[in-house]
Amino acid sequence: MADKMGAVLVVGGGISGVQTALDLAESGFKVYLVENKPSIGGVMSQLDKTFPTNDCSMCILSPKLVEASRHPMITLMTLTDVLSVDGEAPNFKVKVVHNPRYVDFDKCVGCGICAEKCPVKVPNEYDVGLMIRKAIYIPFAQAVPLKYSIDATKCLKLNKDRCGLCEKNCPAGAIKYDDKPVEEELDVGAIILAPGFNVFDAKLKKEYGYGIYQNVLTSLEFERFLSATGPYGGHVVRPSDQQTPKKVAWIQCVGSRDEKTGNTYCSSVCCMYAMKQAIIAGEHTAGLKPTIFFMDVRAFGKEFEDYKVRAQNEYGIEMHRAARVANIIEDPETKNLILRYSDPSTNEVSEEEFDMVVLSVGLQPPVGATSLSKIFNIDLNSYGFAGTSTYSPLSSSRDGIFVTGAFAAPKDIPTSVAEASGAAAKAGAYIADKRGVLEESTVQEIDVEGQEPRIGVLVCDCGINIAGTIDVPAVVEYSKSLKNVEYAEEGKYACSADCQERIKDLIKEHNLNRFVVASCTPRTHEPLFQSTIKEAGLNPYLFEMANIRDQCSWIHMNEPERATKKAKDLVRMAVAKSRLLEPLYESKLPVTHSAVVIGGGISGMTAALDIASQGFKVDIIERTGALGGNAANIHHEEDGKKISTFAKELADKVNADKNITVHLNTEVQDVGGFVGNFKIQTSQGEIETGSVVVAVGAEEYKPTEYLYGQNSNVVTQLELEAKMESGNVPAKRIAMIQCVGSRNTDAPYCSRVCCANAIKNAISLKKADPSKDIYVFHKDIRTYGFREDLYKEAGSLGVKFIRVPEDKPPVVSQDGSALTLTAFDTILGDDVTLHPDMIVLSTGIRPHADNEELAKMLKVPLSKDKYFLEAHMKLRPVDFATNGVYLAGLAHWPKFSDESMAQASGAAARAITIISKPELKSEGVIAAVNDDMCDGCAICEPVCEYKAITIVVDPKDAEKKKAVVNEGLCKGCGCCVAACPSGAMEQRGFKNQQIIAAIDAALEECD
Amino acid sequence: MTTSEMATTSSETFEPKIIAFCCNWCSYAGADLAGVSRLQMPTNFLVIRAMCSARVDPEHVLRAFSKGADGVLVLGCHPADCHYIGGNYRTRRRIALLKMLLEQYGLDPDRLHLEWVSASEGTRFQATIKDFTEKMKELGPSPLRGADKDPNRESAGY
Repeated sequence: MADKMGAVLVVGGGISGVQTALDLAESGFKVYLVENKPSIGGVMSQLDKTFPTNDCSMCILSPKLVEASRHPMITLMTLTDVLSVDGEAPNFKVKVVHNPRYVDFDKCVGCGICAEKCPVKVPNEYDVGLMIRKAIYIPFAQAVPLKYSIDATKCLKLNKDRCGLCEKNCPAGAIKYDDKPVEEELDVGAIILAPGFNVFDAKLKKEYGYGIYQNVLTSLEFERFLSATGPYGGHVVRPSDQQTPKKVAWIQCVGSRDEKTGNTYCSSVCCMYAMKQAIIAGEHTAGLKPTIFFMDVRAFGKEFEDYKVRAQNEYGIEMHRAARVANIIEDPETKNLILRYSDPSTNEVSEEEFDMVVLSVGLQPPVGATSLSKIFNIDLNSYGFAGTSTYSPLSSSRDGIFVTGAFAAPKDIPTSVAEASGAAAKAGAYIADKRGVLEESTVQEIDVEGQEPRIGVLVCDCGINIAGTIDVPAVVEYSKSLKNVEYAEEGKYACSADCQERIKDLIKEHNLNRFVVASCTPRTHEPLFQSTIKEAGLNPYLFEMANIRDQCSWIHMNEPERATKKAKDLVRMAVAKSRLLEPLYESKLPVTHSAVVIGGGISGMTAALDIASQGFKVDIIERTGALGGNAANIHHEEDGKKISTFAKELADKVNADKNITVHLNTEVQDVGGFVGNFKIQTSQGEIETGSVVVAVGAEEYKPTEYLYGQNSNVVTQLELEAKMESGNVPAKRIAMIQCVGSRNTDAPYCSRVCCANAIKNAISLKKADPSKDIYVFHKDIRTYGFREDLYKEAGSLGVKFIRVPEDKPPVVSQDGSALTLTAFDTILGDDVTLHPDMIVLSTGIRPHADNEELAKMLKVPLSKDKYFLEAHMKLRPVDFATNGVYLAGLAHWPKFSDESMAQASGAAARAITIISKPELKSEGVIAAVNDDMCDGCAICEPVCEYKAITIVVDPKDAEKKKAVVNEGLCKGCGCCVAACPSGAMEQRGFKNQQIIAAIDAALEECD
Repeated sequence: MTTSEMATTSSETFEPKIIAFCCNWCSYAGADLAGVSRLQMPTNFLVIRAMCSARVDPEHVLRAFSKGADGVLVLGCHPADCHYIGGNYRTRRRIALLKMLLEQYGLDPDRLHLEWVSASEGTRFQATIKDFTEKMKELGPSPLRGADKDPNRESAGY
């Protein structure tokens, strides 16, 4: 089987590469995950927190890294470079070289004695040179794989034939000074490039004194300052004197939107990460006063605008809208920094003194992008990023080679993750006929029946997320005093790879038969720990978690003593429940190997085509009479083609695809069943399917303001495009008003696309007739990424941009049909009045009003703005918490067509991970009937929402009846258990005795 | 985060013990979100996770009171938002009945409270905890505190 299995080469082990590898592996393909560094994790592993949820970056990343390293379908190749690529898809021959590690991969146990003994100190790349590593090292404590490597440029033995201490001291005999590069040839059907990005070298902005002034840092350095594992243990201090700063300034657009540095594009993520850093720094440091100097706040993503509002109002972050900070001067005595900038509201040069300055450095193409482009024979764009096009956002210029993540353009983590899944869908299409079947791991399960509980407890520091508030050693000591606890210890990050090994060792060493981890929430981390104890031979259900972070240290940050007591209470409850845990077994369920896509816009069509291209049947349910969605009405050009033309071509492809059935004029009426076995009731009949993609889109806001509908010269951008399409725009003086129906009290969010679309139309008009006067009234211009060039182009063509205050939109009046527009110009500091011939409203995007009905049918949530809400905003951007249902396009959040298509491919890949499997496993946590106690009263039967319970004749006694649970249908809510009057119904994993043990333990008196 | 947000309890000596049953999909996630958002609240409660609020057996509530809880919160998905379709409607009926029962036992029915908290409502979770803790402080210790001395007073079946 294995040699016939289709394989994909993934280059880059950051979050993009890891996600794409996992999706391919879960769809039955072999993956070679190649990373040139000694471990995977990428830049995300260096971050402290992630916006907009302020999730701990390492905590959400670590489980993915561990999963990738463990997956039987993924071959992890670290310290590996690609030498050449021959042949063409789907028959690439890739030559790679495994660079010497000088440590035997199989022998190294990661104990770290070598690094302890090594005398050579080197600045650590992981901490951006702020901390020291040794010549033999792991990049960071939670490195995956946890294998040491020798830095050949620094090692005394390798360079001068001296020392040799690591070899002398390695207990495993793993040191291999004579290690040599090994070449290997791989046969792959497709290639995915995810080499990530590098940050701008701040030294090039000489006027900011980075590298000269000690208290000027880059934002990546500051991430390490904030991190518990960083140089100052998460405390914000000034490098010059280790004192706590009071005034800290962030300077935006360092190496972005800057012709002087050659990077004219916007780096898309810096506004958000600066606000995040300012918030977290403020949390860490009492009395800290953060100020952000920026040009426009580009808070265009999902719930970003809310984050901005909170940053200002709740956290008191001063947002200083200024022209670029001109320069920084250091006070040589205090080492304070004096910022000089011109204030656009006064046009005067101002100065302000700060204790510390963080430079928000932009994103650049990865080092080695040019050589990558040569090896893989792909084009780079003019900025040096991978060249892609609007209509194939994941494809490189060479067939069968795809790109994902920041390699194609600066972007944030969720976009990278969605794209990573999307690239997996594209690559899988080349090898769909060579799908393999994952074989079960064969670890012998330890029989714990009849054994006295022997419980192990691991209490997590979570860096300082827990240990900063809770006295973790005290909780460990307390745990040891609890009945049946055989062993307890502290762990820095319980979710890290080394801790997984530690847990397995502890289980074996102490012969444990239950395990409790006191860390974060079981909603995200229980599966990781369950698979860990499974690898150690314990049934995964012999595991229990105590949530001492999300529901303790984080919500009781200022009460360390009480939080510590509560953590002890929570551990005591978990231990009490764990004593009564029993092994549970999942049963196998059949899978319908097809998908349903709800919505026939470009997102829905893209998802359907990607699923169909891997050989699965797809039904598109579209409620209107035609495919195309909003795209059918968008007539401006992207990459030389009108979006409406592209939508038409896509519809033709869909109609020609024999795997796709299109149901027009069809409404979804009900959704039944469960992952792998959904039943979609439509107005035209029932469809059985294994997986569902929600791509219902959104709609244009219909304005009621600015005399729209009352004056025929007031139109929306889409209406303008229709007029331009027919060549009918006589107006000479045109005013465009941004944020119509966005960023207001009705819809507080930014609709993301309106700035670039308005500017695009302004450019077209201006190019067709340079004598036209065009004004754009805006709050911020949010042309992120390469779209910044449009903004620049419009400016150079003479389009006038007038910024109005956030709370003071323009006022439009009419005299007869003559229009007058009055607005406060923040640069002039005065009202301006204009008599435009035409006013174009840049209307926002609104979710469908009936999203709620569909959400209820699918049992998935909506966000507070009524868009569909994904399972996790950062790392599960196209998943719902409900298995088997996925999300793409405007239904998720406003976005451009290329972004919608990339996300749709992502949703397709995720759906394929379900429908490609020969069978699925049922939940372990389901209802079960104790036959001896059930008297067949049938009270439970109508209680069950899933019709999982039937009352049958007792096979042992024809006189009696009893309840039977269908394990495929049971969802494990436990509703029937609470209803059962005889105590016969039980919920596995949440038995009455187990819950009562937790209640009793909660109310037990302790110290 | 302001320190003034924290419960100031210096003038009070009574610290109520509260058990909060949370459903896995909405309110437990809402509680996690409160954590992620660093919303501060009193420490008096301990969460017990159930897959659905409808899993909370009346017996669990009575057990908590008999073991000395001053208050019990049952938190579930909003009406019509239940991950298990209609579990929360059953919860609502059960809690209404239970409150009547508590009154008959001489317990203030306000000591048992049902609230809907969705996965996106960290602030609502915080407000619920703050308000209920205040309420329990006003009501004072449960009359059943210490009534559990008799070791034979185990509930039926356990």
